[in-house]
Amino acid sequence: MEPVIEKFTNKDLVTDQEIRWCPGCGDYSIVKQAQTVIPELGIPRENIVFISGIGCSSRFPYYMETYGMHSIHGRAAAIASGLKGSRPELSVWIVTGDGDALSIGGNHTIHILRRNFDVNILLFNNEIYGLTKGQYSPTSEQGKVTKSTPMGSIDHPFNPIALCMGADATFVARSMDRDPKHLQAILRRANEHKGASFVEIYQNCNVFNDGAFEIFTEKSSKKNETLFMEAGKPLIFGENSDKGIHLDGFTPTIVDLTATGMSANDMWIHDETDRVKAGILSRFFDNPKNPNHLPRPFGVFYVEKRECYEDSMAKQLVDAKAKKGEGDLDSLLRGRETWTVN
Amino acid sequence: MNTDGFDPKNLRLANIPEAENPLENHSLDNYKVIRMDVTKMTRAALEGSDLGVKEIDRAKNMFVLGFLYWMYNREMTHTLKFLDEKFGKKPDILDANVKVLKAGYNFAETREEMSTRYTINPAKIAPGTYRNIMGNQAAALALIAAAQKSGLQLFYGTYPITPASDILHELSKQKNFGVKTFQAEDEIAAICSSIGASFGGSLGVTASSGPGIALKAEAMGLALMLELPLVIINVQRGGPSTGLPTKTEQSDLMQAYHGRNGEAPIPIVAAATPSDCFNMVYEACRIAIMSMSPVIMLSDGYIANGAEPWMFPKSADLKPITVKFAKDKNAGEKFLPYKRDENLSRPWAVPGVKGLEHRIGGIEKQHETGNISYEAKNHEFMVQMREAKVEKIADYIPAQDIEVGTDKGKLLILGWGSTFGAIKSAVLQAREKGLDVSHAHVRYIKPFPKNLGEILYGFEHVIIPELNSGQLIKILRDKFLIPAEGLNKVQGMPFTAEEILTKIENHFGK
Repeated sequence: MEPVIEKFTNKDLVTDQEIRWCPGCGDYSIVKQAQTVIPELGIPRENIVFISGIGCSSRFPYYMETYGMHSIHGRAAAIASGLKGSRPELSVWIVTGDGDALSIGGNHTIHILRRNFDVNILLFNNEIYGLTKGQYSPTSEQGKVTKSTPMGSIDHPFNPIALCMGADATFVARSMDRDPKHLQAILRRANEHKGASFVEIYQNCNVFNDGAFEIFTEKSSKKNETLFMEAGKPLIFGENSDKGIHLDGFTPTIVDLTATGMSANDMWIHDETDRVKAGILSRFFDNPKNPNHLPRPFGVFYVEKRECYEDSMAKQLVDAKAKKGEGDLDSLLRGRETWTVN
Repeated sequence: MNTDGFDPKNLRLANIPEAENPLENHSLDNYKVIRMDVTKMTRAALEGSDLGVKEIDRAKNMFVLGFLYWMYNREMTHTLKFLDEKFGKKPDILDANVKVLKAGYNFAETREEMSTRYTINPAKIAPGTYRNIMGNQAAALALIAAAQKSGLQLFYGTYPITPASDILHELSKQKNFGVKTFQAEDEIAAICSSIGASFGGSLGVTASSGPGIALKAEAMGLALMLELPLVIINVQRGGPSTGLPTKTEQSDLMQAYHGRNGEAPIPIVAAATPSDCFNMVYEACRIAIMSMSPVIMLSDGYIANGAEPWMFPKSADLKPITVKFAKDKNAGEKFLPYKRDENLSRPWAVPGVKGLEHRIGGIEKQHETGNISYEAKNHEFMVQMREAKVEKIADYIPAQDIEVGTDKGKLLILGWGSTFGAIKSAVLQAREKGLDVSHAHVRYIKPFPKNLGEILYGFEHVIIPELNSGQLIKILRDKFLIPAEGLNKVQGMPFTAEEILTKIENHFGK
C-alpha cells in the first residue's frame, strides 16, 4: 500500500520569519513559484530539505517551512552531497547565486553535476554581488562598472549553461523570475528529473543591477529577444512567431519565416537529449546589443538518464554485504591474526 | 652481505669511489659480516624449475628472510601462511618462494662459521589475547565500532592526504558494515559532506592532516554553530604549510584549540599510542554525539603508521553510545531546535520527522528558537553557552590518571599524544635510579579532566615534553598558572627515551 502523504498548501510553506530581501527583489517571485509548485509534487513536507550557501538568494531556506540549512559561502552543494548520499529518500534542493555557485563554490558546483546526485540546484543569477552591496560577479559582463570595478570589469564572464554542459550535467535549464508560469513548469521538470537538475534563474537585483535582464523579461522586447525551447517543437521566436532558427551544419542562423516563405517545420526541432545541439544552444549567449545576435534560450537545454551517485553508493553496500555477509564487529576487532599471552 | 651485489656496476651506482669496495676497505671491521652469494644460491635452490631467470631472481628476498628466521630463532609459519594467501593461485610461484625461504633457513643452520643465534623474548605484557594494530587502522575500527554501538550510519567524507589516507583505505574495505565513504573534490567538500550527513542523522566524520585541517576551519565553525555531531581527525605532520608530509610533529594543537574565526570552542582529544587511536576516536564519537558538537581527535604520523600489540576489546565491553533523535515537539505546540538538555546539548532533529521542520545556519541564533538574532546580549549569552557546553563534557569523561609513579612528588612529566612511549620508558628508568619522578599523559585536552589541576599542584615541578615549540604548556600555564617547563623538539622526529631521561637527570642535578 502506498503511504498516505498528508496534503499541504503553499500557505503551509510560509514561515514565521520576516522576509529580509529588498522590496521589489526578484527573489520574492522565485520563493512564491517554489511554494506554489512544491505542494503539488507529492513529496511529504518533512522529507524536503533546502540547503543554501551565502548571499541574498541563500536566505531562501528561512522562508520555506521545510527542513533547511543556511550554510557557508559556496558550500551548499558539498553539504547537500553528504545529505543526499546518506539519506537518498529525501528531496534535496540547493539554493544558490552566481557568486555562491560560480565563484567561491565553483568547484563544488561542477563536481556535484558530474557525480549526478539527485538534487535540484536553483541558481539565482543576478550578475552582481548584492549582499556585499554591489561588486561585479563571475557572470557580470565585461566592462561592467561596479563598486569594485570603477574602470569597468576586465573579467570574462562565465556562461553558466555552457559550464554545466561541460561538467556533464544531466539536466540543464534556464528560466526567469518575471515569468511565473515558465518558472513553475521548469521547477516541476527539475524535480521530475532523477539526477542533478541545474536551473539557472535570471533574477533582477533592483538595487545594485536593476534591469540586467530587462531585454528578456519586458513585454516590449521579450518576444524578439528570447527563444522558448519545447521538446519536439521547432525553435521559433519573434513578435508574431515569425522567426526561426535553422542549423546550417553547426552554424545556427535566424530565418525570417515570412520573408522566406519557409515553414516552422523546416526549422531546428528541439531535442532535449541531443548533447551536441544542447551545446550549440548553450552558446546562444551573445550580447543583445550586437547586431544579428541570436535570441537567448529559455527552457530545458538538455536531459540525460544516468545512474545517480547515491544509488551507486548504496548499491556497493548491498553488494559488499551479499559478498562478505553483514559485518561482525567482534571479528573485525579481532582481525586475522591473534596470539595469547599467559 | 650478498656478495653478488658488490660488482663494479652496483658500486658505481652506489656512488662508491672508483677502486674502493666496502667489503675490502676495512670500513666494516666493527661489524660481523656474513658473506653469501644470494643470487647464486637462490638459482641453485630452484634448479629445474620452469620459472624464468627473472622470476627466480625475484625470490632472493625469501632466501635472506629464511636466513633471518634462523638467526633470530623464530617460527616461519606466519610467512608461509602469507605466501600461501598471496600466491595460492600461482602454485609454481608459491612453491618457488617456499623453497627459497627454506633454503635460506637451512643454509644458515648448516653454515658452520655462524654460531650466534639471537632469541628475542616476547615483551612483557599483560596476559590476554592480542593482535597487531596500526594507528590509522585503529582509528578506522573505532569509527565502525562507534557507528555500530550507536546504531548510526557512518559517513566518512575525506580528501586524500599524507599521513591520513590509510583511514579512508581501511574504511572503504568495510562496506559490509554499512560504511559510506566519500572521496570529495577537496578538503572543504570533505568536511561539508560530513556535516550534511550529520544533519541527516549519520555519524559524520572527516580526517586530514594540518594543511587540510586549515582548509576545513570555516566549516568546523559552521558545525559548532549548527551544533551537530562531527568527528574531525587530524593526523598531524610537520608544518607549517606543506611542511614535512612524511614526518611527525605535534604542532597543530593550537590550530585545534583556536584555529577558527570568532570564539569557537571545539572539544579536543589526543591518542597516545597506535592502539590508543581506537580509544580516543571512539571517545571522540561518543563526545560528539552526547554534546552535539564537532570534536577534534589528534593523532600524528608516528602513531598513525606505527604498530603495536593490542589487547583488542570485545564489542560488548565498549562504552554504550546512546542517540536520542528528537521525535516530538519540545515546547507545547512548538519545536525549539536550540532548547538544551542536561548536557547543554540541543535536540538532534533530522529531516523526515513530521512536525519538526526547522532551519539552522551559521548566523548567530536566538537562544532556544534558533531564529536569526543579532541582539547584543543574546550573542554574548550564546558565545558563553557554547563554551559552557564544551566545559560540561568534563562531567562525562574519565578522571586524569597517573601512568607511572605517584600522584604527588618532586617532578611530574606531563605528556600528550605520541610522546607516550618515550616518556614512560624514561620515567621508568629514572625511577629505577631512585629519582622522584612521575608520568601523567593527557588524552582529553579540551576540556581537561576535572582533577588535572589537583595533580599538577601536587608536584614541585612539571616538565612538558612536546614535539613543537611549546603549545600544551601555554594552555596549562594559562589555565592553572603553573611555572611549567617545556622540553621541545621540532625536527620531524619523535623523542628518544634518552632525551627525556637526560632532561630528568639534569633537573635533579645528576
